[in-house]
Amino acid sequence: MPAWAKKVLFLAIVLGLWQAWCWTGLVSTDALPTPGRVARALAEGVADRGYLEAFLVSARRMAVGYALSVLLGVLLGTLLAWWRTLDDMLGSFLVALQSLPSVCWFPLALLWFGPSEGAILFVLVLGAVLSITIATTAGIRQVPPLLISAAQTMGARGLPLHVHVTLPAAFPSILGGMKLGWAFAWRALMAGELLYTIAGASGLGTALQAGHRAQDMARVLSVMVLIVLLGMAVDFAFFGVLERRIRERRGLQKG
Amino acid sequence: MTDPSSSPVLSLKDVSKTFESRQGPVEALRDITLEIQASEMLCILGPSGGGKSTLLNLMAGLERPSRGEVSCNGRRVLRPGADRVVIFQELALFPWLTVRGNLEFGLRMKGVGRAERRARALEALRRVHLEGFAESYIHQLSGGMKQRVALARALVIDPSILLLDEPFAALDAETRDRLFTELQDIFDKTHKTIVFVTHNVREAVCLGDRVLLLTARPGRIKRIYTIGLPRPRRIDDLAVAELADVIVGDLRGELPPAPENGHAGLG
Repeated sequence: MPAWAKKVLFLAIVLGLWQAWCWTGLVSTDALPTPGRVARALAEGVADRGYLEAFLVSARRMAVGYALSVLLGVLLGTLLAWWRTLDDMLGSFLVALQSLPSVCWFPLALLWFGPSEGAILFVLVLGAVLSITIATTAGIRQVPPLLISAAQTMGARGLPLHVHVTLPAAFPSILGGMKLGWAFAWRALMAGELLYTIAGASGLGTALQAGHRAQDMARVLSVMVLIVLLGMAVDFAFFGVLERRIRERRGLQKG
Repeated sequence: MTDPSSSPVLSLKDVSKTFESRQGPVEALRDITLEIQASEMLCILGPSGGGKSTLLNLMAGLERPSRGEVSCNGRRVLRPGADRVVIFQELALFPWLTVRGNLEFGLRMKGVGRAERRARALEALRRVHLEGFAESYIHQLSGGMKQRVALARALVIDPSILLLDEPFAALDAETRDRLFTELQDIFDKTHKTIVFVTHNVREAVCLGDRVLLLTARPGRIKRIYTIGLPRPRRIDDLAVAELADVIVGDLRGELPPAPENGHAGLG
């Protein structure tokens, strides 16, 4: 049986059990709506463009925030790898800070930036940047010194050496941090949107919150499904493609 | 080949190198004074761990001498530069680039434009008989092909000095012989200054204008042999073999006493 068929079979079993549980009548369908009702809520949300707009708002925040996070993370990671003292000072704090969910910063961010896109971005970047920083530093430290020596004897030094040799050599490790950072950023964004509504722009988290206020669990679940589907799509289309390219180019085994 | 009246391309004056290790300082090289002339081919032999690679790294500028001075064309060597390209035993090819990307790397660092880079890379690939593999990635190549890519990657920059650190040590005998012949052919045509570290005495005699023998650690110059044999030479020439035997005898004196049934450790 091919892998995709196993996935479909597994999903079918889960949906079947879910449906069966609803049929037993042990819980009210208000507390746990049937798969069919969730699917209908999803279809309605997509049809009246509400979900599409919410998706676009969240996607825009992710795109901007995540790009900023990658940029900052690689920059900070490079500085930490280059500058031992800075790593001695900051390194362990960064790891500790990572255990703090970035949404905890929201009250402060609201005070500093006001109830604005800035506050959302701040929390999102804080969620993603640390794992990218840590992975970049570790990746750079693992680059074989011989590659650097070879590049130097071919006339590379300074920033070109870093951009054309050190970073590409460290990229498999950096990509691992980027994947982790994506998940953290996505969670931070959803938590942020769920807790605080920024006037004028409602993301998926806000849509979920609206479902909660209306006590409409079918809507809540449909947004959750949408969030998971989006995560899968990004993993498949972005990270999957990058990882496959690395494997093919460098001749690494499929992980 | 060596013209004593010309100024040396590479010169080392009273060079010593000591490494710090956990067990204390380790002296790798002591009081090396050496001049290498333009278009000369110098081969370096010596016992394993005797500082051959360190000597090469000092010339490359990858290591700084603890004492003494290394200079290249009259200027002190302070860091690596594209006029002294090194080919390492482990090759150090870039796995994220295609063969062509690897070849273009040095030119790119020099600021050579895209079209010229491409043309020169393909030309260098032809020289090592790999024209069909420009768009392959490194892991798709065999050991001998990788070696050719490393050679082409160095030649394409057209450095005046080429430093080779046991480039054939990891290859099987057949590939090694074929590559060796090709290398000899390329060097005869390019007239570059070449320093070749090897543990294969016959190779050294066959290629070198001079062969330098290092002592066991700390490495000092034990002897420099001037190889007056006519070219072209072949690795199985009788004269090459006879001279190699003499050097092997001298080298054996530098090896630790061989254990019972021990292998002498010569290539």
